Amino acid sequence: MTERRPIRLIVNGRAHEVSLPPNTTLLTALRDLGCTDAKNGCEQGECGACAVLLDGEPMNSCMILAWQADGARITTNAGLGTLERPHPIQEAFADAGAIQCGFCTSGMVIATKALLDRNPDPTEAEIRDALSGNLCRCTGYGQIAAAVHLAAERLRNLPSWSASSASEDGQEPAFKKRVLASDDVTGEGGRS
Amino acid sequence: MTLPAFDLLRPTTLDEALRLLSEMPDALPIAGGTNLIPDLRKGSHAPGSLIDVSGLPELCCIRRKEGHLLIGGGVTIAELLDDPMVAQTTPILTEMASSFAHTLVRNRATIGGNLVAAAPCCDSAPALLVLDAEIDLAGPEGTRRLPLAEFLVGAFTTRRESNELLTCVRVPVPSDRSYTGFVKMGLRKISCMAKIDVAVRVEAHSDGRCEFARIAIGAVAPIAYRAEAAEAHLAGNVLDAVAIAEAARLAGASAHPRSGSEYKRQVIEALARRLLTDVAGRIEGGS
Ligand SMILES: Cc1cc2nc3c(=O)[nH]c(=O)nc-3n(C[C@H](O)[C@H](O)[C@H](O)COP(=O)(O)OP(=O)(O)OC[C@H]3O[C@@H](n4cnc5c(N)ncnc54)[C@H](O)[C@@H]3O)c2cc1C
Ligand code: FES
Ligand code: FES
Repeated sequence: MTERRPIRLIVNGRAHEVSLPPNTTLLTALRDLGCTDAKNGCEQGECGACAVLLDGEPMNSCMILAWQADGARITTNAGLGTLERPHPIQEAFADAGAIQCGFCTSGMVIATKALLDRNPDPTEAEIRDALSGNLCRCTGYGQIAAAVHLAAERLRNLPSWSASSASEDGQEPAFKKRVLASDDVTGEGGRS
Repeated sequence: MTLPAFDLLRPTTLDEALRLLSEMPDALPIAGGTNLIPDLRKGSHAPGSLIDVSGLPELCCIRRKEGHLLIGGGVTIAELLDDPMVAQTTPILTEMASSFAHTLVRNRATIGGNLVAAAPCCDSAPALLVLDAEIDLAGPEGTRRLPLAEFLVGAFTTRRESNELLTCVRVPVPSDRSYTGFVKMGLRKISCMAKIDVAVRVEAHSDGRCEFARIAIGAVAPIAYRAEAAEAHLAGNVLDAVAIAEAARLAGASAHPRSGSEYKRQVIEALARRLLTDVAGRIEGGS
């Protein structure tokens, strides 16, 4: 009754055929595919650490069943840029000091990408509203909001970035490898 | 954490979904899953099967027809928030949607799921109650229509039969002399469950008097309800400070709060007074 069925997930521009039982969340499916930049924080929809873009819209992957995402295009933080060519949003988070442990960062970057795609010049209030589903325990929201302002400014001067993402041409993001390595150290890689 | 085992069926038409629901008594619909997935984790539901209704085309659109705004049961809160026709005809729904959870949840959460879950703090109910909304329930024998106030029975309880789907929320488009307001109070400014919701609507006569009023309160009782004594106090009257103060007092007195009674009564009164004062100011300004 709860047998596996093959589904197709297009993650960061790469199609994956995976065979999963129906009670698998998209978050678990992504992490099992090695996309451990999507974090498992609460599994309750409260923290946003698991946020991904599903067909361009930001959502909590812990509350989506993987089968519901069959055929969808999914973008995680690692799909936005590479170590050599980080996305301006990723760079702005680093430059603004909006990262400490980094656990919330993937979700924050995804929520920021979704915001700036719709609204290239958000106000402070719009930024705080757009990121209100993302919790951070370490940095403080001031620096994170500053990072979003900085990213918005840089993207307005670099409009080509907002249109394309580094891995949409199927390139493997080098960034992902680093995240994987650090996850293995903390034992995070096996958690689901 | 692994979810308990269940099967997941993904029908592509409403008829197929209804047939599956009737054939499988232990099945539950799933739309955005923002209530259901946490509930499954907690073990408060253990369905044999889930029937995914989130992609059903019959449930997914917002239309205007014969003086009604028709909102499909599968419309998400984000779609409601972004819809220009909703903002123009029923801005109170836009206001409600902007205070609902946060973007990540709004992109999944549906209006149908919100009403069927019938939580005491369900935000859409008070806004829809002041609009005199009705809902359509489709079942194996066809579709029946109920006023929302009748559909909502109590905490987590509705008149929905287990083989029915909420297909549509029907909102009569208010006249252009309709003035509304919505306020949600929670433990934080944004991204929280309501402790108190207050929704008001005033239909004004051309001379500025109130023809009739609707005041609905959410999150303080098992389910959102209308404060009818407060509404009656405004009908036919000029919305001056005295009338507003008394209606607000009656709204506060109507509350049967779940906790913190006296505090909540006072907050409801203050919120109702603020909303009605704001509405009264707009009526004078606009006439
Ligand atoms: C972090 C977080 C914040 C939240 N904030 C708010 C908030 O601010 N305000 C608020 O009101 N709620 C809030 N909620 C609760 C929830 O998001 C809403 O109730 C949402 O609208 C439920 O819709 P859904 O599509 O996700 O429903 P689901 O979880 O898919 O389903 C909920 C119930 O409705 C049934 N169902 C779904 N669709 C239909 C249908 N078309 N016909 C018949 N039955 C159906 C399901 O079987 C289930 O019993 C929040 C939840 C989370 C996790
Ligand atoms: S892990 Fe999904 S919201 Fe926290
Ligand atoms: S940087 Fe640690 S949770 Fe945000």
